[in-house]
Amino acid sequence: MLTLEKRPQPSKNWTYAAPLLAVVITMIVGGFVFAALGKDPLVAIRTIFYDPLFGEFASYSRPQLLLKAGPLILIAIGLSFGFRAGIWNIGAEGQYIIGALAGAAVGLAYFPDGSRIVVFPLMILAGVAGGMIWAWIPAFLRNRFKTNEILVSLMLVYVAESIQASMALNLLRNPDGHGFPGSRNLSQIPASANLEIFANTGIHWGVFTALVAVVVSYGVLMRHRFGFDVRLAGQSPRAAIFAGVNPKRLVMTCMLISGALAGAAGMFEVSGPAGRVSIDFNVGYGFTAIIVAFLGRLHPVGILFAGILMALTYIGGELAQLSLSLPGAAIQLFQGMLLFFLLAVDVMTNFRIRFGSKE
Amino acid sequence: MDFGSINPVLLVASLMVAATPIILAAAGELIVERAGVLNLGVEGMMITGAIVGFIVTAHTGSSWAGFGAAALGGALLSLLFALLTQFLLSNQVATGLALTLFGLGLSALLGQGYNGIKAPEFAKIDIPVLTDLPVVGPILFGHDPMVYIGIALIAAIWAFLKYSRAGLVLRAVGENHDAAHALGYHVMRIRTLAIMFGGACAGLGGAYISLVRVPQWTDGMTAGAGWIALAIVVFASWQPWRLLIGAYLFGGVTVLQLNLQAAGFAIPVEYLSMSPYIATILVLVLMNAGRAPGSLGRVFHASR
Repeated sequence: MLTLEKRPQPSKNWTYAAPLLAVVITMIVGGFVFAALGKDPLVAIRTIFYDPLFGEFASYSRPQLLLKAGPLILIAIGLSFGFRAGIWNIGAEGQYIIGALAGAAVGLAYFPDGSRIVVFPLMILAGVAGGMIWAWIPAFLRNRFKTNEILVSLMLVYVAESIQASMALNLLRNPDGHGFPGSRNLSQIPASANLEIFANTGIHWGVFTALVAVVVSYGVLMRHRFGFDVRLAGQSPRAAIFAGVNPKRLVMTCMLISGALAGAAGMFEVSGPAGRVSIDFNVGYGFTAIIVAFLGRLHPVGILFAGILMALTYIGGELAQLSLSLPGAAIQLFQGMLLFFLLAVDVMTNFRIRFGSKE
Repeated sequence: MDFGSINPVLLVASLMVAATPIILAAAGELIVERAGVLNLGVEGMMITGAIVGFIVTAHTGSSWAGFGAAALGGALLSLLFALLTQFLLSNQVATGLALTLFGLGLSALLGQGYNGIKAPEFAKIDIPVLTDLPVVGPILFGHDPMVYIGIALIAAIWAFLKYSRAGLVLRAVGENHDAAHALGYHVMRIRTLAIMFGGACAGLGGAYISLVRVPQWTDGMTAGAGWIALAIVVFASWQPWRLLIGAYLFGGVTVLQLNLQAAGFAIPVEYLSMSPYIATILVLVLMNAGRAPGSLGRVFHASR
């Protein structure tokens, strides 16, 4: 008979080993899924995890890696503060959309004249503000009316998508676009384009910001009073209150941080890789970032690696779609499985398995 | 704009149809939460039920077989959640989210090649004289069987929780799992069964969307219905009959905005289509008087 025995402290070794083990198990089970779809599992796994880095077209796909990892890392860093403190903002996708719309609106308002030194920073500010406003709503409602922030932030994703459709069709539509939905291409307007900082590396301003966010959040989490409060509130809410943490202020701060970063990510995406506001420029980064945050153990450095890994599955998945005609949904399933297995393996972090029942 | 084209009788009749998937899914989640488990994976189980039901119906031609398969599919998927949260003691919020993301991926994968096919019609109950009655006929008697099954389910859950011994045990487990364990009840077994019931109901709700309400398959077609079902459970303060009111309220907003769209109301379509979600938020803000089950969302570990 197997029994679980609670560890006095979470195991350090398992904290690091669990994500790696989860990735391995996901690859194995994913291999079976690919085999069931009639693909050679080994070829599929190699196409997804190896070819983008070292394969034939690696020089093209490697920059893509950072391009996709940037927004995932940026959003996940923001989410990690709240998740640590038991504040569940799962509507990052909505904050991402509103941030993108706000940033794009500012960029388009200055079209065609306006210098880059003024316009681009203003767009970043607008993106951050947009994301913060959208995250403020569930935080305020939770503090004032005790509503559930999980449900409210998620409902606001659908509201944001409706606003996005409306903007692409009406207010922000390209007047020279012959009536097609979608805005002007921001990435082709010098003043508003989110350009690569170093050519052909994929490092645009959003990726740069994400890397800065990793460093700053590490400092805040480990060396600042706020980081201590967040960690304390997550482990013991009552102890946190006795230590003088204001729970309402904590909710608001955590939500606003995640909203700000998600909004910034949206703005960098819409002015760079996506290029313009369309009905569906969002590709679900806000949801995938939840997986990234957990896979990275809610730790800035972990999130950096998890973001790159998740970006790899996106790019490898596209590659496998082209070369093996593997359905795109298989990758979505793969990402979902990863989180599942991580949560399953995590039992080892907090519990010890004992053989034979202790009477 | 032409308000005359909106027929109040048809409006009420169609809001009952619009509310049915929410009723089915929320009824299951109500039992799950009364057992002290917060399963945020309703959306994932619904969409899985939607595609499983659709595939089976497309191949067998029988909607009933589809509903059965959808319930089975939802229950099987929820078993994953039960395994993780009850036996591997994972965080319920994170696991529920994982279930939703997994279900969305799984359904998209299963649904390949089923896009754009129309489901066979699910026959409505037609009682010769009663259905032809003015006003009352279309509202009360002209629906398909699942509408009545949804209402019957609410009644059954109400009676189960209020009058049966098993219902009392379930509530005890949800209110205080340590005390229930000390009394000798099998907390994990009861919760696993509750979770599977919730999964089956969510599967039925999803299948109702793909087989009756739309009726065809598109990726991500549940469009947040699972999350709305979760919100309705909170709105209902975990009481079965209030759940029915919440679902009809929501169905009313949905149908009304669709009718306004069709009538060419002056508000743009995109703003009308966000109204159900805003209504859900408003409802959550206004109705928070209820008391959640005492052990809701807490991990149970019998340390002996």
